[in-house]
Amino acid sequence: MAVVLLVEDDAAVREGLELALRRQGHVVHAAGSGELGLEILAANQPDIVVLDLMLPGIDGFETCRRIRAGGDLPIIMLTARSDDFDIVAGLEAGADDYVGKPVEPRVLDARIRAVLRRVGSERADDKSGPETHGDLLIDRAAMQVSKRGRTVSLTPTELKLLLELSRTPGQVYSRQQILSAVWDHDYLGDSRLVDACVQRLRSKIEDVPAKPVYVVTVRGFGYRFGRP
Amino acid sequence: MSPLRLRSWLSGLRPRLVASFAVVTILAAGAAAAAGYSIARTTILKGVQDQTVLQLRDQINIYLPTMTLPPSQAALDGFARSLTGDVVAVYQGASRSRTGIDLTSVPAQLRREVATSDRMRFMRVDEGGTPVFYAGIPIVMQGADGVVKPSGLEVYTRVSLTSQQAAIDELATWAWRTAALALPFAVALALLAARQVLRPVRALNTAAGQLGRGRLDVRLQVKGSDELAQLVTTFNNTAAELERTVGTLQSMEADARRFVADVSHELRTPLAAMNAVTDVLDEDAGQLPPDTAVAARLVSSETRRLTRLVQDLVEISRFDAGRAELRLEEVDLATAITDSLTARGWTPGVDLRTELPPGIFATLDRRRLDLVVANLVGNALRHGAPPVEVRLRVEGGDIVLEVTDHGPGIREDMLTQVFDRFTKADTARARSEGSGLGLSLARENARLHGGDILAANTGSGARFTLRLPRYHRIKELR
Repeated sequence: MAVVLLVEDDAAVREGLELALRRQGHVVHAAGSGELGLEILAANQPDIVVLDLMLPGIDGFETCRRIRAGGDLPIIMLTARSDDFDIVAGLEAGADDYVGKPVEPRVLDARIRAVLRRVGSERADDKSGPETHGDLLIDRAAMQVSKRGRTVSLTPTELKLLLELSRTPGQVYSRQQILSAVWDHDYLGDSRLVDACVQRLRSKIEDVPAKPVYVVTVRGFGYRFGRP
Repeated sequence: MSPLRLRSWLSGLRPRLVASFAVVTILAAGAAAAAGYSIARTTILKGVQDQTVLQLRDQINIYLPTMTLPPSQAALDGFARSLTGDVVAVYQGASRSRTGIDLTSVPAQLRREVATSDRMRFMRVDEGGTPVFYAGIPIVMQGADGVVKPSGLEVYTRVSLTSQQAAIDELATWAWRTAALALPFAVALALLAARQVLRPVRALNTAAGQLGRGRLDVRLQVKGSDELAQLVTTFNNTAAELERTVGTLQSMEADARRFVADVSHELRTPLAAMNAVTDVLDEDAGQLPPDTAVAARLVSSETRRLTRLVQDLVEISRFDAGRAELRLEEVDLATAITDSLTARGWTPGVDLRTELPPGIFATLDRRRLDLVVANLVGNALRHGAPPVEVRLRVEGGDIVLEVTDHGPGIREDMLTQVFDRFTKADTARARSEGSGLGLSLARENARLHGGDILAANTGSGARFTLRLPRYHRIKELR
């Protein structure tokens, strides 16, 4: 189904997850460290990275940042401790989603598929032309966003979030609504995923991220796409 | 000040000290004043008496040789007139001089004494508030034979002591004023002494209070070497010992809890590996030889159980370490509870009845609410008997969720223990599906919200009541 790069330092966990993901139909490249993971990444061009945060050498956060610096590859992090600090730090480093350890292979598989679906879901049902919102040009069919003629590089999750919000500008979406629409998460989705992704999206499309005009916070409820 | 506080204040050390000082001062000053007054009074009065008496005696001695007995009325009158003051001369109790005081005013006792005596007698009496001095002198004569005998002639005089009494009164007033002046000094002194005693006592009281509230590092500065200083030293030593003991106990408990947390974390990694492949075992078990298939399924199911247990242990050690945090958000309770139930395959029907009024919102942690609901309902389905009823309502500022089953209920002596870790309500069933931590975790989560869970028997089953504050104010959080 997908080419997965699995970065996990514990050999048994790595082997177990590799086996489980292969059985779900994925092609798995496994790496025992962040450095090795980055090497495999360059050579094999996976569709998605599953990244453990506790790694020897360069840790998961740093690996995550380096992958982000090189492109918009989707990243799902594995949080050994379900400590809130790790989750927030991982999301800030650029992860698209997270799965708490011990990992249920079925949950991980569902998350991988959900992330990858974000890339493909728009094209089929969209026949409208590019839309202009202020300085932003959103082309749903081409899955492209540009600002003042310059292409904005977005991860699939960020793109999907922008497409969802901009579909009905002015409408307020709650975090739970956004979670189920963008992340395909169940009723217990972590609303911090939305907040972290909104922050990243703002840093890419807003002139002044601290004073957003496109993705506007509606205090106590959620977000809406503004009309600049 | 209320009567009760007034009473407690009055029974304090300070008013008692002040009262004691005041009483002592009043007694001492009063005694000094009284003694001074008495001496002064005697001196003043005696002076007047002596002067009067001496003067009279001298005049009598001068006049007497001219008298013949019995005296004529004119002689008596002349005699009385020759004497200074308000004097009456009496002869044998029958005739008297026409001038001088009324004899009936002279105290009868004085007259009797004078009549039977050969010496001067005097007496002080009070005449309607005025002190009066009466002196009576029996006059003796030396007869021709040289024998001294009463002449039958008596002289009485009356001296008013009003001015002397006024002087004495003034003296008394001054004595009392001096005593009264000493009183404020005594009270001030008492307050000072009370302060000196009370300051260390109050400091001790404050320190002991802090100690009682858990501030075990509280110590007092030792000043001087009196009994109070000894008390402070004893207090300090006790506090130090207490702090040491509690510190040891706390570090032992922290070690034990940290050990559990560490063990759980260490177990998690190998379990993560095993947990990743349980599905593989389950899926392929059908193709394995029967014995191997049973073994594979057993390993698979027990791995999942162990994983749940370790996850619960990690979760509860987070509470123990005080690292559990609330992530609050506005939650539609009916929706959230329904989601929790359906996510676990519990759909309302004959065995599970729900009464979840729509439109009840509360500020709480969705994940923790889900955990509590899952534990309470799961517990009721496992240990109770159907139907299990889930009822939601608002009560004042709280939301109340009741989970009631129709099973045998909980033994009365177990009602408070069901929330303890690894408590098995039914001892016959040594192993249950749960981790043994479910209800403990549920209660920890409720308490983290500022609420609680209570267990009770309805008569036809057990009922767990979750009560959470509906609106959690952020500033109340730890």
